[in-house]
Amino acid sequence: MTNYWEDISNSDCVLMMGCNPAENHPISFKWVLRAKDKGATLIHVDPRFTRTTGHCQLSAHLRSGSDIAFIGGMINYILANKLFFADYMREYTNASFVVGSKFSFKDGLFSGFDAKKKVYDKSTWAFEMDANGVPVRDDSFKNPRCVLNLLQKHFERYTLDAVTAATGTSKEDLLAVYKAFASTGTAERSGTIMYAMGYTQKTVGVQNIRSMSIVQLLLGNIGVAGGGVNALRGESNVQGSTDQGLLANILPGYIDVPKSSFAKYEDWVKASTPVSKDPKSVNWWGNKPKYIASLLKSMYPEATLEEAFQMLPKVDAHRKMTDYFWLNIFERMHKGEMKGLFAWGMNPACGGANAQKNREAMGKLKWLVNVNLYENETSSFWKGPGMKPESIKTEVFFLPCAASYEKEGSVTNSSRVVQWRYRGPHPLNNVKPDGDIMLELFKEIRGMYEKDGGAYPDPIKALNIADWEEHNEYSPRKVARLLNGYFLKDVTINGTTYTKGQQVPSFAMLQADGSTTSGCWVLCGMQPAADKHLGMRRDKTATEMQANLSMTPNWAWAWPVNRRIIYNRASVDATGKPFAPQKAVIAWKDGKWVGDVVDGGGDPGTKHPFIMQTHGMGALFGPGREDGPFPEHYEPMESPLKKHGFSNQRVNPVAYLLPTEKLAIADAKFPHICTTYRVTEHWQTGLMTRRQEWLLEAEPEVFCEMNPALAKSIGINNGDRVLLSSPRGEVNAVAMVTERIQSFTIMGKEVHQIGLPWHYGWVTPNFGGDSANLLTSSVGEPNTGIPETKAFMANVRKA
Amino acid sequence: MPVSRRTFLKFTAGAVSCSAFTGLGISLAPAMAQAEILKFQKTTITTTVCCYCAVGCGLLVHTADEGKGRSVNVEGDPDHPVNEGALCAKGAAMRQMAENKARPPKPMYRAAGAKEWKEVEWDWAYAEIAKRVKAERDASFTLKNSKGETVNRTETMVSLGSAALDNEECWSYQAIQRALGLVHIEHQARI
Ligand code: SF4
Repeated sequence: MTNYWEDISNSDCVLMMGCNPAENHPISFKWVLRAKDKGATLIHVDPRFTRTTGHCQLSAHLRSGSDIAFIGGMINYILANKLFFADYMREYTNASFVVGSKFSFKDGLFSGFDAKKKVYDKSTWAFEMDANGVPVRDDSFKNPRCVLNLLQKHFERYTLDAVTAATGTSKEDLLAVYKAFASTGTAERSGTIMYAMGYTQKTVGVQNIRSMSIVQLLLGNIGVAGGGVNALRGESNVQGSTDQGLLANILPGYIDVPKSSFAKYEDWVKASTPVSKDPKSVNWWGNKPKYIASLLKSMYPEATLEEAFQMLPKVDAHRKMTDYFWLNIFERMHKGEMKGLFAWGMNPACGGANAQKNREAMGKLKWLVNVNLYENETSSFWKGPGMKPESIKTEVFFLPCAASYEKEGSVTNSSRVVQWRYRGPHPLNNVKPDGDIMLELFKEIRGMYEKDGGAYPDPIKALNIADWEEHNEYSPRKVARLLNGYFLKDVTINGTTYTKGQQVPSFAMLQADGSTTSGCWVLCGMQPAADKHLGMRRDKTATEMQANLSMTPNWAWAWPVNRRIIYNRASVDATGKPFAPQKAVIAWKDGKWVGDVVDGGGDPGTKHPFIMQTHGMGALFGPGREDGPFPEHYEPMESPLKKHGFSNQRVNPVAYLLPTEKLAIADAKFPHICTTYRVTEHWQTGLMTRRQEWLLEAEPEVFCEMNPALAKSIGINNGDRVLLSSPRGEVNAVAMVTERIQSFTIMGKEVHQIGLPWHYGWVTPNFGGDSANLLTSSVGEPNTGIPETKAFMANVRKA
Repeated sequence: MPVSRRTFLKFTAGAVSCSAFTGLGISLAPAMAQAEILKFQKTTITTTVCCYCAVGCGLLVHTADEGKGRSVNVEGDPDHPVNEGALCAKGAAMRQMAENKARPPKPMYRAAGAKEWKEVEWDWAYAEIAKRVKAERDASFTLKNSKGETVNRTETMVSLGSAALDNEECWSYQAIQRALGLVHIEHQARI
């Protein structure tokens, strides 16, 4: 989230799309309702009527997988009616940047498309640069190649007729939503967008978010109170686990993993560090050499930076990054190419798209290690439905771990607030905290390498586990010190000397020469002294200005540098005066900044506000994505349509797609659009909720929602058992016949939408049903590789 | 903080934040509430953060000072600025996640072709897993790729998880996997 939970209450208009916060992030909804109490308009855009919709003054139904058409229509509406916040757009976004003449867009394809490799040559989307290497700007917006004009041209095709044909939403509903949200395009008003997996689990997931970011930038809604683009993260620490780099493409602190083409440390650092020649651009990533060096020193303090770099595994520069991601891992596992799997606190047998394939794939491993609280569909895949244990050779180790409150450590919520959790009881039955399990296991492996040698033992021997251990146990408090970072020798910065072993007070003091550690630079400042972790703070005092925004800056600690609203510099004009004085985030007063921690520092008007962007401006034009600098509507990989109204390019041309994947495209055998979702009482695959009596009593089994017209046409009554099917598999469910889910008319064709929750699995409860992901397909988004589990085709019939 | 206020907050949490979960109000009959008040008298209270969604609600865990030292009550933290004592159905049921008979007491092993689990000791499990990791790593380790570039990796081992771990554990976990040479490191954020 760019903002924080309580800040939602400061909004004048809350647009919830691709999410259902009243049911899935219930306590966040407290702050949505407070906004409503203060007069805000609430809007829900979703295929279903949910408890979220029930609280909204405005709602619009759209079929799964048509979000860009919906938002594209809003962009067109804002531009055609000049409803943008003009000063903000001109000064703080790249609206005035001139795009190079190589850029073009024709019939659904951007320039630079390589049809054989299915990739874009992104250099054709580059900005025009002046003699000093700064992007050329046209503040008068006369140049036809300036971003604003290109944006207008791109989205003028998104007329109400075209959008209605794609989304199935009525023109009246479209207009009502557009009008309400566009009303926030003034200095005083702000609108916020809340989204979740309904946006991301699509083959256009990143562009869904981009489209909404464009709206927010046009309306001047980023960096302000009650604004922002807010991802409702679904797991208690999925923000933190991402910050800590548990992904194939990033190391901790969002540092790109090194590629095979980098022979030397220097090559990696240079390729990762953007350069800006604009003196007003902070270009924060220009500091990357310090962050990379500090990370390497946290892992390998005794090694030189060059040696540490050599010890890091590299991905092939000549392969697409998606080759290393989830879907391709299971494809390779299914082919028998993977031998060992750690499924640590995860249940891919239910959670991953095309779950049956994943279950079969695990049967081709030599061994599987599963660490979890309970036995689950992954640990026990070998005795699941249709499996023949005697013919499955995979050895499986199940290691039981401590529950969250049987150990201590920190988690980072969606507001980026790092909060410390303390231990209550000791782990039940003396099972172990995950940290101890991984440390003990690693020491066992290291011992073997020390004794017997083996392949390239250097990184195993050199890894700095001394900083993780105290009294022979894993010490989260010690590791937290390392995540923040400390000085490896005495260092003098601007006249102040920091001594060896001292905590680094803030990431501004991290060093590129290897004299500091910092496991994750965004967390630097969280633990400014060895015995002072700011995530432990429980102080609710605030200045009047902060309290006015329900901001509690002394409660725990938010990354970065305890900033609660990211890009807050965009909330003030060039003199430091807040655009919305009644809900000011920061202000320049008596020669200093007050309110939130200002982005970028320095006097007002001296810095561009979007400090993480190389050129300092909000990206209406985003030339860094794999699938184009502007969002464009494409059909989901599986849809009822052979052709849509925007172009002849049916689907995202660079989406991750396996030639072997069975798909239903305008296929009469699978006529209904299907989606998956969550219920309040369960969580994710249900692994951590299907064992609780209270929760199970409330939501005991999988159901399929369908509208009465569909139910009648196929002879199904409410409560009947039904069988859902897709080209991948089948799921048995209870029919829930309801007006909450309606049919849509798309391109003149009537189609039904159905949906089911995905929390269930065969292990427990008895007769609860199995995972909805048995139906979903393993096609993926080209930037993130996230599977398209929120829009696919299915059939439903009486079981 | 008086117990009565906390108990009041608990009921409020069930009733206000979670209209979907009517069962809670019924199950906490006055007699039970009275029993819980008694339990509070010999407990230690620690704060925690919900293990489910990333709203990050604060909770209070009451751990018995005597007997088995188990958690006897978990409820919303009334001082927490985000949830102000309220919880949704999942947070309210968190105690049942930890105090649950289904939690296996020991590591388990399933041999190739076996139809059942076998309970094993921790040390045995560590040693056997370590042997397999080492054997696979040694067999698959690649110093150079097909183009002759240095890669220092293994491609046949995979790590999936974990957004449920604490930050410190996540960091250590990625460090271990990368020290082993894994490039296939993925977790919940990818799906
Ligand atoms: S109590 Fe509910 S809303 Fe709060 S963090 Fe837990 S799951 Fe999320």
